[in-house]
Amino acid sequence: MKLTPKSATLLVLAVLVALSPLFFPSGYYYRVGALIFVNGIAVTGIVILTGWAGQISLGHAGFAGIGAYACALAPAHWSLHPALAVVLGAAISALLAWLVGRPILRLRGYYLGVATLGFGILVSMVLNNERDLTRGPDGIEVPELGLRALLKGWGLDLSNGQFWYFFCGLCLIAGAWLALNLYNSPTGRALRALHGSEVAARTVGVDLARMKLQAFMISAVYASVSGSLLALQNKFITPDVAGFMHSIEMVTMAVLGGVGSVLGAIFGAGALTLLPQALTVFAEYEQMVLGLVMMLVMIFLREGLLPSILRKLRGRGE
Amino acid sequence: MTRSDKETLLSVEGLGIAFGGLKAVNNVSFGVRPGEIVSIIGPNGAGKTTLFNMISGIYLPSMGQVTLSGEDVTGIAPHLLARRGMSRTFQNLQIFQSMTVLENAIAGYHLQERGPVLADLFGLPSSRARAKRAEAGARKLLERVGLDRAAEREAGNLSYGSLKRLEIARALALDPKILLLDEPAAGCNAVETEEIDHLIAEVAASGVAILLVEHDMKMVMRISNHIVVLDHGEKIAEGDPATVSRNPAVVAAYLGAENADG
Ligand SMILES: Nc1ncnc2c1ncn2[C@@H]1O[C@H](COP(=O)(O)OP(=O)(O)O)[C@@H](O)[C@H]1O
Ligand SMILES: [Mg+2]
Repeated sequence: MKLTPKSATLLVLAVLVALSPLFFPSGYYYRVGALIFVNGIAVTGIVILTGWAGQISLGHAGFAGIGAYACALAPAHWSLHPALAVVLGAAISALLAWLVGRPILRLRGYYLGVATLGFGILVSMVLNNERDLTRGPDGIEVPELGLRALLKGWGLDLSNGQFWYFFCGLCLIAGAWLALNLYNSPTGRALRALHGSEVAARTVGVDLARMKLQAFMISAVYASVSGSLLALQNKFITPDVAGFMHSIEMVTMAVLGGVGSVLGAIFGAGALTLLPQALTVFAEYEQMVLGLVMMLVMIFLREGLLPSILRKLRGRGE
Repeated sequence: MTRSDKETLLSVEGLGIAFGGLKAVNNVSFGVRPGEIVSIIGPNGAGKTTLFNMISGIYLPSMGQVTLSGEDVTGIAPHLLARRGMSRTFQNLQIFQSMTVLENAIAGYHLQERGPVLADLFGLPSSRARAKRAEAGARKLLERVGLDRAAEREAGNLSYGSLKRLEIARALALDPKILLLDEPAAGCNAVETEEIDHLIAEVAASGVAILLVEHDMKMVMRISNHIVVLDHGEKIAEGDPATVSRNPAVVAAYLGAENADG
């Protein structure tokens, strides 16, 4: 039996999440793994928006910021359960994406890039400056999700690192499943069509504004959930989560890994999360080497790491 | 006889547009009835594609009116015209390159297969049923244009002639009342041209109104019910094929030029 690309992707992810801990030299790597998964969730949203619908955002960390601060603020001010705060953050992000997306998704290419950049900066400014609410640049505590204690009650005793590793891994698999459903659905097809030719998509009846807005809102929710999970596992969050660097990181991970494919982009998230750790041997040149690697990948493996590697492997197999 | 009678499906009245100082199309009027093939001919740069772009909502005309099924549709967005039964192909191919041939054809069913985005995200049975129906229709259309065996290939890898036919399949997927074809046989060999010729006649026979731009004069003369001749954006003649081909102004502006070329 031949696996569909969707089942294959989910299988690879499930195996990776389940078996990687066997190779962890220390408990610290659970934390690295969880970070990769959290980034993977945000990057899956970028695949939908950029890889499929062809729209660029340089401000998606803004939505991550909203998801993160929802988990800090809603439990503190309205005694909302943190799990519901994740949902609230996602809803606010979707609403904001709708409000912001309506005027700016008419823009194309770098104009859209700059407009989304502006949105990200705006969120970041609010989180930095509204000290009464957010406590500003120093950051704010985030309450315990409480799921680990619940699991312990049911006899499943995980360390904090283990819990967040598996929990974020499951969230990532769920996020990938949703995205892969979308890919082959009428909506996904319309998104990829408008990426291929806007004029042809319009003549077959695709409402460009509406479809782009849907992609923008969906990817905003991915970023928001990613921010929430980051805040919840760190139990602390600073406005950096909404910063420009974080937005750029999301896009870079996706493009480096392969922005057209969910697995590729997650691979990119893994590479860009791990690489700096591996590059510490270069000491103060770490950032320079990282930059160099990124340039080389784009020059020689333009489709992204994973699609290029797979193509090479397939080429050899034939 | 006046052609703007009640039966007319699409009527164009005094349509025009200027780019900068250039009047690319000026004061053009004609009508198309269901089941009829009306061809627009004229030398390169005469304004045929521009006329198509105005009728299909891509350009906003600076003068005149487009009426579809008795309703004024001037300046209406292309995706809304698609809902009203208008469909078209492009002279310069507009293919969804990185999608498969099959997906390109399915995209033509967008209006039939679209549904709630949440159903699509969660892969609900309703979403899969919609997609499945569209796929079945698309496979039949690909067979009709002779592309069924290329269904799973990436569209960008197909030959020019195949992509022309793929565009026709995608346009037919909308089950249009009126179909605009901009040089459907350009770049096709004699056999392919003949197939397209048959296909167009077949579609027209099923009651679809067809507006055709085509450089292959033999094909135009053979299948058109009515011909409109453009030159420098103006309508210089119209009538049935026999009348038009005898018109001295047409011979001078177009047929003559082509003879001189060949
Ligand atoms: N978007 C545009 N901007 C400026 N000029 C245009 C545009 N589209 C078409 N034209 C001009 O309008 C004229 C008619 O072009 P076109 O409609 O493509 O001719 P045809 O299809 O009959 O060969 C040409 O001179 C062309 O350069
Ligand atoms: Mg033309």
